Amino acid sequence: MARVVVDVMPKPEILDPQGKAVLGALPRLGFDRVSDVRQGKRFELEIEGEITDEVLAEIDRVAETLLSNPVIEDYEVHVEDQSVAEVAAEAGR
Amino acid sequence: MSMKVGVVTFPGSLDDVDARRAVTIGGHEAVALWHGDADLKGVDAVVLPGGFSYGDYLRCGAISRFAPVMTAIVEAAGRGLPVLGICNGFQILCESHLLPGALIRNDHRRFVCVDQRLRMERVDTPWTSAYAPGQEVTIVLKNGEGGYVADEATLDRLEGEGLVVARYLDDNPNGSMRAIAGVSNERGNVVGLMPHPEHAVEDLYGPGTDGLGFFTSLAAQAFA
Repeated sequence: MARVVVDVMPKPEILDPQGKAVLGALPRLGFDRVSDVRQGKRFELEIEGEITDEVLAEIDRVAETLLSNPVIEDYEVHVEDQSVAEVAAEAGR
Repeated sequence: MSMKVGVVTFPGSLDDVDARRAVTIGGHEAVALWHGDADLKGVDAVVLPGGFSYGDYLRCGAISRFAPVMTAIVEAAGRGLPVLGICNGFQILCESHLLPGALIRNDHRRFVCVDQRLRMERVDTPWTSAYAPGQEVTIVLKNGEGGYVADEATLDRLEGEGLVVARYLDDNPNGSMRAIAGVSNERGNVVGLMPHPEHAVEDLYGPGTDGLGFFTSLAAQAFA
C-alpha cells in the first residue's frame, strides 16, 4: 500500500470566495499578518500495489477528470514520503 | 406538436417535479428519467433540473457528470438532442464539457433568491426561439454557486459567436463574468441557464410567466 496525495487549488486568476471568508475572519482572532488566503482541497488516495509510472499516469487522469476542474483549478500529484515498510510497521502496531 | 421531454432526477435534485410540471404546462409530455439508468426512454429533449445533486460534494455537478444517464445524454447531445440545464443542471453541463466555463461560489458569498431581470440574447435555440432578440424578462434566480467564470479567450469567443443566451440586467447578482446568466454550445441544442424558468410559468406564483418560453420554444422549433 502507498499513499498518493492530490492537492487541488483554485487557479490564481479565479476568485476564491471561501479563502476570502477565512481571511475576513482572521482579524477576529487578533491575527493581522495574513495578507491573503486561498482555500483548496487535499485528496489522499490509498493505492494497492506498487506505484509505477503507469499508475501515476492513471492517477493524473483521475486528478484531471474528477478531482479537479481544469477550468478553475490546478492540481499537483505527489507520492507520500512513506515507505511500504513503514506503512506495514504502522499497521502491525 | 407535443414532444416527449425527459427530466432527470439525480440524488439531491430539487426542482425535477417543478420542471416536469413546466414541461406539461408548455404543452409537452414530461418523462421522468433516473440518474442511474442510461435509458433515455426515446425522449425528444432533456432537462437537467436544479438542486444539489450528490450534495454538491467535490464540486457542484462534478459527480453527476459520471452518472450513467449522463453518458447517454452527452452522446445524444452530440447528435443534436436538445438539452437544457437549469442551475445545478447548468453546473452539470459545464462539468460534462458540453458547455464551456464553470460556475463558482457567488462573489458576495451569500445565497441569492430574487426575481431577476434578464435580457435574452440568443433566441435561435430549441429552448429560446419563443423569445424576441433582446427581450427583457423576469425569472427567479436562486443559487449559492452561480458565478459564471471562463478565461478571457473563451468569454470573447462566446460573445463573438453569439453563444451567450441570457445576461443579467441591473446589479450582477452573483459575480458572473460579463453578467452571463446562460450560454449555449455552437449548435444551440445545449443550453445552460442559472435562473429558473420552471418557476415562472404560472401567474399564481412566482414573478409571472416569462419562463414559459423555455418550454414552448420546443414546439415552435418542431414546426419549423
